[in-house]
Amino acid sequence: MHGDSQVSIRVERAFGEAVEGEAVVSEEGFSPRYDLDRWSGVITKPGHKLEGVSLKDKVCFFPTAKGGIAAGWAFYDIKWKKIAPKAFIFGVTNPVMVQGAIFAGITIADGWSKDPRQDVATGDWVRVDPAARFVQVLRRSS
Amino acid sequence: MQLTAEERAILAGERGEAARRALEYQVKVGEFWGAERFVPITNARCFDFEHCRRLGQDEGEATKERELIACLRRMDVITTDTCINYQTVYQPHFGEHVAWGDTGTVIYANSVFGARSNFESGPAALAAAITGRTPEYGFHLDAHRRGGFAVELRARLDDLADWGMVGKLVGEPHQSYFSVPVFHGFHRTPIADELKHLGAALASYGSMGMFHFVGATPEAPTLEAAFGGRAPAERMVIADADLERGYAGYGLGGRDARLVVFSGPQQSLLEMKRLAQLFDGRKVQEGSSCFVTTNGAVLAQARALGYAGTLEAAGVTILQGVCFYILQNLSLMRVKNGWQNLVSNSAKIVNIIGAHRFNTILRRTQDCVDIACTGILK
Repeated sequence: MHGDSQVSIRVERAFGEAVEGEAVVSEEGFSPRYDLDRWSGVITKPGHKLEGVSLKDKVCFFPTAKGGIAAGWAFYDIKWKKIAPKAFIFGVTNPVMVQGAIFAGITIADGWSKDPRQDVATGDWVRVDPAARFVQVLRRSS
Repeated sequence: MQLTAEERAILAGERGEAARRALEYQVKVGEFWGAERFVPITNARCFDFEHCRRLGQDEGEATKERELIACLRRMDVITTDTCINYQTVYQPHFGEHVAWGDTGTVIYANSVFGARSNFESGPAALAAAITGRTPEYGFHLDAHRRGGFAVELRARLDDLADWGMVGKLVGEPHQSYFSVPVFHGFHRTPIADELKHLGAALASYGSMGMFHFVGATPEAPTLEAAFGGRAPAERMVIADADLERGYAGYGLGGRDARLVVFSGPQQSLLEMKRLAQLFDGRKVQEGSSCFVTTNGAVLAQARALGYAGTLEAAGVTILQGVCFYILQNLSLMRVKNGWQNLVSNSAKIVNIIGAHRFNTILRRTQDCVDIACTGILK
């Protein structure tokens, strides 16, 4: 499953600059208010599947966007504090995540063509190309 | 996006730099979602400026907030500090396009009033206020407003917490902004505060922006009309046993019962009245804290009617113009007070305060009052 280093995932919608970074692949959705400590960039919600994981400079794969309106300013806040991820890749997102990411200048995509958990592992080095609407695994973590 | 002559002029800077930047930002958001054009809006609101008034709040943050409020007032923004504007400030009519923030207000506007809004976060709502328009995507379009799946309500739902629990039970397994549940089969007509808690929880647990309630909401005169001719993708049933299982599912940790919160959304006048009845003649347990949040308008009336006095006599702290979960330094407050659990009748706040590392427990309103006054959590 993880053998093909050229594997790529298409996304339906995307915005932002092309970026590369280490992947964090989540089984659980995400909200910056519910889940994230906005002073450290670490997921702190007790019981979150990524509890204790830092999102700083990562390319984050989340199946869903949770709740809330907070992302509007929160993404700008964490970008300014230099603890923001390089990119958010959502299975299904909501307008707030998109508004927040565009405002903060963080690359964002949604509507993946297949569940990335089949092809991307946390720690893999990936490239996100919003203009071409795809995400590519460049290097495996091991 | 197809732009009008006026919009092209704004982008050319003819209405100033603020409008140019706001519209440029809105075009990017619109293009992401495939919006073909803008729709004019009558009304924009945003509530996610972080408030801090008391409770050891950081003075630097408080200063920033005061500067921000002064700035917004200079822009002719009405600052009402409320997340229940749809109960106290403005009720958009059927089909009215607005650009609202706070998810609970958006889902209420779409579902109960039949108005049209997406979740518009702080910068997006502010941009919409400046340009007087918003990109046409999501719930501005008929296609996204039709029901997606059916939920038969066989439960009694006697308490507001029960309505939040329904929102959790329906929202959690269907986490998607574009997933529109259609409620039907309920034994009576729901009241505004019940739909408020239902909507707030659906938006919170499911990230949902709209629901239908057959016989109660304007786009759902019948089950068939709510689905707009489509077949439901799924049918689920909520019965009393599902709610009881939900309440039993909360871990009680060390049974710490020293923090009880009525907040998220802010309390309506009717909720203030009910809390005053339940707290009348009782006292919050020594060493415990009980917070109620509401807006200035409701609090003024609650004072005049004696509800606020009754609550304060019982030792309840009333916070005006805030919501508990957006208090600054909440994690520090938790540590300083040694709080482990947070008990509330609001399913929304139980869901959203996790990043501050509270163990949260949803309980019915009467149970919350008993816990606040006895310090005993069962």
